[in-house]
Amino acid sequence: MDGTGILKGLAVTFKRMLDTYIDDFKRGKKRYYTEEGIRYRQSAEVKGIFTVQYPEEKLPVPEEFRFVPFLVYDEGPNGERKDRCTACGICTKVCPAQCIWIKRATNPKTGRPVPRSEEFYIDIDMCMNCGLCAEYCPFDSIKMDHDYELATYDRHKDNILNKERLLKPASYYAQIRPLNYAREEEAKRQAEEAKRKAAEARAKRMAARKKTATPPKKKDNES
Amino acid sequence: MSEQVVATEQDLLLSRFPEVVKPDERKGYDGYIVDSKALLDFAKTLRDDLGYDYLSSVTGVDYLPEGKMEVVYHAYKTTGGAPLVFKVQVPREKPVVPSLVSIYPGADFQEREAWDLLGIKFEGHPNLKRILMWEGFHGHPLRKDWHEPYYEEEHKPYKSRWPEGKAFRAEDRNPFGKNVDYPAGFDPAKWTPDISDALIYEGLGRIEKPHDDLPTEQIIVNLGPQHPSTHGVFRMVVTLDGETIVDLEPVMGYLHRNHEKIGERNTWLMNMPFTDRLDYLSPMSNNFGYALAVEKLLGVKPPERAEYIRVIMAELTRIQNHIFAIGMFLNDMGAFFTPSLYAIEERELILDVFEAVAGSRMMVNYFRFGGVARDIPEDVMQKIHDLAFERLPRRIDELDRYLTNSEIVRARGEGVGVLTAEQAIAYSTAGPVLRASGVPYDVRRAEPYGIYDRFDFDVAVRYHGDVYDRYLIRMDEVRQSIRIIQQALKQIPEGPIMTGKPQYQHRVPPGESYGRVEGPKGELGFYVVSNGKGNPWRYHVRAPSFINLTALAEMAKGHKVADIVVILGSIDIVLGEVDR
Repeated sequence: MDGTGILKGLAVTFKRMLDTYIDDFKRGKKRYYTEEGIRYRQSAEVKGIFTVQYPEEKLPVPEEFRFVPFLVYDEGPNGERKDRCTACGICTKVCPAQCIWIKRATNPKTGRPVPRSEEFYIDIDMCMNCGLCAEYCPFDSIKMDHDYELATYDRHKDNILNKERLLKPASYYAQIRPLNYAREEEAKRQAEEAKRKAAEARAKRMAARKKTATPPKKKDNES
Repeated sequence: MSEQVVATEQDLLLSRFPEVVKPDERKGYDGYIVDSKALLDFAKTLRDDLGYDYLSSVTGVDYLPEGKMEVVYHAYKTTGGAPLVFKVQVPREKPVVPSLVSIYPGADFQEREAWDLLGIKFEGHPNLKRILMWEGFHGHPLRKDWHEPYYEEEHKPYKSRWPEGKAFRAEDRNPFGKNVDYPAGFDPAKWTPDISDALIYEGLGRIEKPHDDLPTEQIIVNLGPQHPSTHGVFRMVVTLDGETIVDLEPVMGYLHRNHEKIGERNTWLMNMPFTDRLDYLSPMSNNFGYALAVEKLLGVKPPERAEYIRVIMAELTRIQNHIFAIGMFLNDMGAFFTPSLYAIEERELILDVFEAVAGSRMMVNYFRFGGVARDIPEDVMQKIHDLAFERLPRRIDELDRYLTNSEIVRARGEGVGVLTAEQAIAYSTAGPVLRASGVPYDVRRAEPYGIYDRFDFDVAVRYHGDVYDRYLIRMDEVRQSIRIIQQALKQIPEGPIMTGKPQYQHRVPPGESYGRVEGPKGELGFYVVSNGKGNPWRYHVRAPSFINLTALAEMAKGHKVADIVVILGSIDIVLGEVDR
């Protein structure tokens, strides 16, 4: 109890403080307000000041980052929107907060349901950002967003998102989650390929059967 | 060999308690059903003759269709091994069970919880009153026939959401009070509680004069619920004699949301993101415990790679939790934020890993039954590698140099808040609190789960049981966790991360299961009962921070009021888990 412990401890803080200045001198202007600087300050070898000057600087979010779901639509060649959602309701069933409401569209003539949503709401005050809806959507139609700056002035008006506000183009999705997007597109392409091949094979089989099917008929006729 | 031991144990118990103790023969259940008359003797036999000295968990279950209430006890030997489960069944109309507090003092808060939430009376309990709900609460919310305000349906998913989905907010349906259910003849404006604060104080304040020559009076001070050093909304009613603590009563429940009721409305999978919100500083461990409990029922086993990922994630969680705990503990000691910001820096880097892997820094929702949600990307693997082999060991050493030998830390910590090994076991404390008292009990070693039996690590143990040792043990454990991660990173194989196809509806066979992990705060257990439907029939959390608080009064007595903040900091509670 002679105070050496405290002094040694203070040496640690002193070194930390020096590190800050040394690093500032060494890296100069590159350290702040540049992408490289932000990346360095988030890496495992960072020394000195660690914080990011939000909102002037923002941390890059990783691809898997998730915040509030959105709906994906495909863009047609003439800019028309094609919803991916089929109103199957799986997202409403997995949602732990039960904050997704879907009204399935019906055919006005027959009254039968059609695979399309008429209304789609997400109450983002209740949403717990768990990402289960995106994980289990079989049509890659609902995805988690990267936009976390959601402050509004009126939560009653602004925080129930309707379809208009939920829908975002597939190109946006591809931009925020390039790897996932590429993987899903690849899977889709393969599925289509397999389907096409199966169809071809079936057509071939059918053709072959026709060929082989005709001679026995003749035989039948003969006998 | 173990089979033989179990057999003899069973013989002994059944022969000593003929008629009143029976093996539980329901399908999917195990353990013993004990007649409530014989419970005290049975428990005494377990503790004194069989060595089950540690009562880990007390759970009430409401079997509404059978008209029964059941209390489930999990007892362990502190030398390790599987639990001995015993149950008491009482009729639902008049559920009265003898209290085990006299034998296992650690049952105190848990029995109060079962009384509070299920209305099971524990005869002989020294202080049987509500613990999580407020005193004037009507009914016992975990009973199956109790419905909450905004009640929609027994089980999720609710039918109103699809296909006729109609968007409305819950609060719009509540025109100020109409949705609140008061008992007949009750007027909240005129109500005064049965047990008022005055009574709490009176019960605590044994007004006697400790000094003959000084005309002093004991005073009662409320620390919290709004107090920066209680780590959340936690209140301690402290009886003081001058500056010395004479008695202390923890008051909790300010953050109560009835996690377990929500869990019983949820489907099995939906509970996974809810477990993140228990101990929100260590979500991965919570996920782990729940996944283990349900996987036991489902009978699935995660593939190799997933097992390794789970271990890496759980140990990273432990590191960031302990480092953060140390930092905030120094805050409690009066070091103004420098140590805690150093700690937060390391935690930040680990949270970056969680964010990149799981998608969220804290509410990770990463584990699935039979695996994990997604693989670790290559660049993140590199980052974990850098952290485990380079940065974290260096930083721990630095923290060590900075704090461990500081005279202030030692003067404030040594000899403060002492808990002996016997007390630590008796009060069912777990984790660092237990091990700092000289009991080398770690679930990872005592009853290895996952693949923890493959790693070479030491169970950290310290022997003084004081605040300083609780600080040291966290340092030790961080080092051990780094060791485990280093081994896991070397051994991790390539391969799938999920057994079977991902699915959102699970057919869980009927039965009970108890999954427990060594969380950063201690033994975290999930007791689940399935009746074969899509939702758990019972979902109970053995929350380590909650049960560790049972020993708080014992630790605090006789110390100065300034020490109480340090003692509480050394237990490391998270109110999300205490109050559930």
